[in-house]
Amino acid sequence: MSVYFLCLILFCIGLYCVLRKRNIIKIIIGLGIMEYAVNLFFILIGYRYPARAPILAKDQVIANIVDPLPQALVLTAIVIGLAVTALLVAIAIRIYEKYGTFDITKIRKLHG
Amino acid sequence: MELHLLLLFMIFAALVAVEIEDLLSSVIAVGAVGLGLSLAFLILKAPDLAITQLVVEILCLIILIRATIKKDLPLIRDGRWLFNTVSTILFIVFFLIFSYFALKELPDFGQPIMKVAKEYIKDGLLKTGASNLVASIILDFRGYDTLGEATVLFTAVIGVLVVIRKVGRINGK
Amino acid sequence: MENKKAGMTLIVKTITRLTVGLILLYGIYIVLHGHLTPGGGFSGGVIIALSFIHLMLAFGKEVALKKLSEVWASILESLGAIMFLSIAALGFLGGYFFLNFFLSKGRPFTLFSAGIIPLCNIAISLKVGAGLFAIFVALVLFKGLTKEK
Repeated sequence: MSVYFLCLILFCIGLYCVLRKRNIIKIIIGLGIMEYAVNLFFILIGYRYPARAPILAKDQVIANIVDPLPQALVLTAIVIGLAVTALLVAIAIRIYEKYGTFDITKIRKLHG
Repeated sequence: MELHLLLLFMIFAALVAVEIEDLLSSVIAVGAVGLGLSLAFLILKAPDLAITQLVVEILCLIILIRATIKKDLPLIRDGRWLFNTVSTILFIVFFLIFSYFALKELPDFGQPIMKVAKEYIKDGLLKTGASNLVASIILDFRGYDTLGEATVLFTAVIGVLVVIRKVGRINGK
Repeated sequence: MENKKAGMTLIVKTITRLTVGLILLYGIYIVLHGHLTPGGGFSGGVIIALSFIHLMLAFGKEVALKKLSEVWASILESLGAIMFLSIAALGFLGGYFFLNFFLSKGRPFTLFSAGIIPLCNIAISLKVGAGLFAIFVALVLFKGLTKEK
């Protein structure tokens, strides 16, 4: 129970960074921290206490196995998070080349 | 017990990453959060995820360092900065209070309800022949989701290659 | 052979020469044994991309682009995606999407087991590795950006 709460505090730190910072790179860092917190929360839900990893071995009958379904979902989520971060950094570099600054309060012209 | 210590380390590193002014140092602090996450996956008995998170973290750091050019901009204290900061912190505190009541309804940490996963564990080896249960789930039982994920990666690569192009026809030539 | 001024110092270049082949081999091992040990197509593909990126960071971009040019990277990525899609569409012969159509699944716990899962892993690793290398090349070679520190 307290582990879930600590994980949500990590999520809120990322949320504060996205809401209050002015530099685009800091916002991207905040999004990355939120992603880590959400992936950790999924795996915390699927943990079983006296259990083993979901890999079967030869000539062994394993009694308890950790839930493998959230692990399959989070595996794709991690790689998708990397692709989204790369796209955000490409857009940020483009914005810097056009406006000369990373400050979001100075990027006002949405046309052209 | 080790999980609590690791989560406290990750929270401390995240606070450092958010508040420091120099962009290169905050990117390195995000790397520390990722390393802590990979160790947490190992403690929670998920070796596939630990390998994937470690190498993806390395690649993410390389891409982020490419973009750190200037220093962080200081918080400008004009207008309604106090109101904005206080209302953000108040919103986060309310969110945490309501989430405490919601988290009490979840099953205890360590006893999940595994309705669908029991079927996968019972005849995963018989039906697919793979001894890695996570691989048999993502490529055989739920292969359609993997197709969607491959599409998302493809779209992201095309997006980056389109956004980064040479100076176009409007200014140049 | 290499330009002495491009890339990083001599220590980094010597260590890279010794270890970059081992990193590529380790990535291929993780992909091929994805149905027996932890790993699979995604992490193996990222490790293969990291070996090429390591080569580019240590030696400069001409040497790395000679080993894997941008044209070949995009061709390999599309090839991986088409291979994965065709393996999935072959299931239409049996009436399902994504049917595991090898009749004998082999003996479990050996390398040649588990039907189409190793083939899918190879296709995914090609796609992820070549795609991430293409992203890195596009972000690094972008000219017109002045670096101020």
